[in-house]
Amino acid sequence: MSKTSAETVVENNQTGNQFPAVSDDNRVALAEQEKREQWKLLSLTFPALVVIALVILIPVGWLFYLSFIGKAGGFSLENYQKMIEYKSYARTFTTTFQVSFLTTLICILLGYPLAYFLAQLPGRWVGFFMLAVLLPFWTSLLVRTYAWLVLLQRKGIINDFAINMGLWESPIKLVHNMTGTLIGMAHIMLPFLVLPLYNAMKKIDRDMMHAASNLGASPARAFWTVYMPLSLPGMVAGSLIVFVLCLGFYVTPAVLGGGRVIMVSTQITAILENQFNWGAASALGVVLLIATLLVLFIAGRVLKLDAALFGKS
Amino acid sequence: MNESSIVDSALPISIRGLTKQYGQLYALDTVDLDIKSGEFLTLLGPSGSGKTTLLMAIAGFNRPDAGSIRFGDKEMILTPPHKREVGMVFQSYALFPHMSVAENIAYPLKLRRVNKSERRERVNKALDTVQLSGLGERHIDQLSGGQRQRVALARAFVFEPRILLMDEPLSALDKKLRERMQIELKDLHRQLGVTTVYVTHDQREALTMSDRIAVIDNGQLMQVDAPQVIYNQPSNAFVADFIGESTMIPLKRTGNELFVGDERVSSVPDTPAETDWSLVIRPERLMVEPGTADRDSTLFFNGTVKESVFQGETALLLVVLDDGTEVSVRSSTGTATPGITANPGSQVQLAIFRRDIIVVPTGNSQR
Repeated sequence: MSKTSAETVVENNQTGNQFPAVSDDNRVALAEQEKREQWKLLSLTFPALVVIALVILIPVGWLFYLSFIGKAGGFSLENYQKMIEYKSYARTFTTTFQVSFLTTLICILLGYPLAYFLAQLPGRWVGFFMLAVLLPFWTSLLVRTYAWLVLLQRKGIINDFAINMGLWESPIKLVHNMTGTLIGMAHIMLPFLVLPLYNAMKKIDRDMMHAASNLGASPARAFWTVYMPLSLPGMVAGSLIVFVLCLGFYVTPAVLGGGRVIMVSTQITAILENQFNWGAASALGVVLLIATLLVLFIAGRVLKLDAALFGKS
Repeated sequence: MNESSIVDSALPISIRGLTKQYGQLYALDTVDLDIKSGEFLTLLGPSGSGKTTLLMAIAGFNRPDAGSIRFGDKEMILTPPHKREVGMVFQSYALFPHMSVAENIAYPLKLRRVNKSERRERVNKALDTVQLSGLGERHIDQLSGGQRQRVALARAFVFEPRILLMDEPLSALDKKLRERMQIELKDLHRQLGVTTVYVTHDQREALTMSDRIAVIDNGQLMQVDAPQVIYNQPSNAFVADFIGESTMIPLKRTGNELFVGDERVSSVPDTPAETDWSLVIRPERLMVEPGTADRDSTLFFNGTVKESVFQGETALLLVVLDDGTEVSVRSSTGTATPGITANPGSQVQLAIFRRDIIVVPTGNSQR
């Protein structure tokens, strides 16, 4: 490695200092040190990888395997064939996507103005209002769902209040149907949309809207041509989280749907409880998983398209 | 762009009694200012002086408490910003990241329903003017800081506003580029002939570019004058101190005469208020070891050299005068006029021509 100084050192005429021309001193040792540090960093992820393997990959693999076992015990496609044959399965999937889509839509309609409001607030108020958004987020899901049941039922607070105020005459069915399911799910999902959206809005420079209006855009025009497109990535991200979470949601549709809103998750439970048919339940789970991955994949493609439009990698 | 037609359409701005209070603090304190048609006026002041507040009030982005802003003879104080028809270059540029360069520049034209072919033509012309021809399809984040600055500029004047506002547009650029853009902006202003209000805290930038400078502090106008007048005849201590380098020496008053030590400086300037006065000395106007001894035209000081500093194009000599005041002397370092160098501790005689002397009031504590 180290040659004699006479060979590797050139004279600098102006100052008389001596510099090594090209040095190989410690080159290999330094490279090894860098590699060791990279492995150390990587090893930090090992515990997480082990947990993921144990609680996700193995059970999902097991379900995947079970879905191909027929009633007779051997390999069979009958679980999947049934899903095509019986219309109730198709209806379940339609309902699932319908509920997820509508919940996402309601969250956007409620969440966009809310996030906008939060993003415009002066700093000292943000903490308080953020807490108001996050507080229900930290409360038990079950508690919130039953709270809605209390509020929405036939003789619940909302019906009583509306009848006393003369808004309607006899109790309206607000729960144990689609309406109740959507109200409950939108409430639970709202923070998942508001947080990424607020984040995106916070990053929009105030001068952007000033520039738009200075160039002649009315407030509405400035919003649609500048603010909306700039907040779109946050909205897409939030909507995606909400939509995907909705696809597999169980507690709220089960309680507030009252057996009338049958989503994939509720049907899986029903199959297990009534027929104890692990194969059929697994097949349903596998299809839902694939559907979810498909949504993520397509959205990923569209998002990347957006990223290209925004000029980011 | 046809020069004469644009000059014709420039608008004067007339500001009267403009006031804006934040709590106890006056951001704008009854400001009266007339900006002439086609003029390049710079609002110059330290941060928090109110210069940006004033610019934003002209653009319509903040609502003053009272006062009047007229463009030409039209009152604008209640007009929303999108109907004011003023172009503005923001400090952050505020270019739309989801649009290309050409789309950014076409934005104000689209809003004015300019048809597609004319739009393309005017965008290209604007790109030519700011020397960015052919970069229309680029995305904003593919541009350098200087290029972004030019796009922001093109977008601000492409719809031919009659007033152009600029909020420290060069502050994000490095020194060399900034100095080049100052000349380019000045040139562009001459081409467009549009009334321009420019905000900066950089006094050299203000001196370089402006027809007139409005020095502002604590929400009040301190002086509004041409650069030479602002520099040579500052009307108060704040302006003298803020513009250029200066040393201030308090003057003693005897009757109607002002003295520094035993030396008569001048008679008391014709101002009604009873105030104290200070002598303002610009470092480049002091001479070291002058050959002359003519006390009628020259004022002399004796002192001790404290430090001698080489700064490239100029050399700085810090001298402590016999009365304890520290003054700096600046001279160029070229061989034509060799910069003075002196060893710390040595005695020197300094001199200044009486015609280079500036006397300003200090006692009425405007700061």
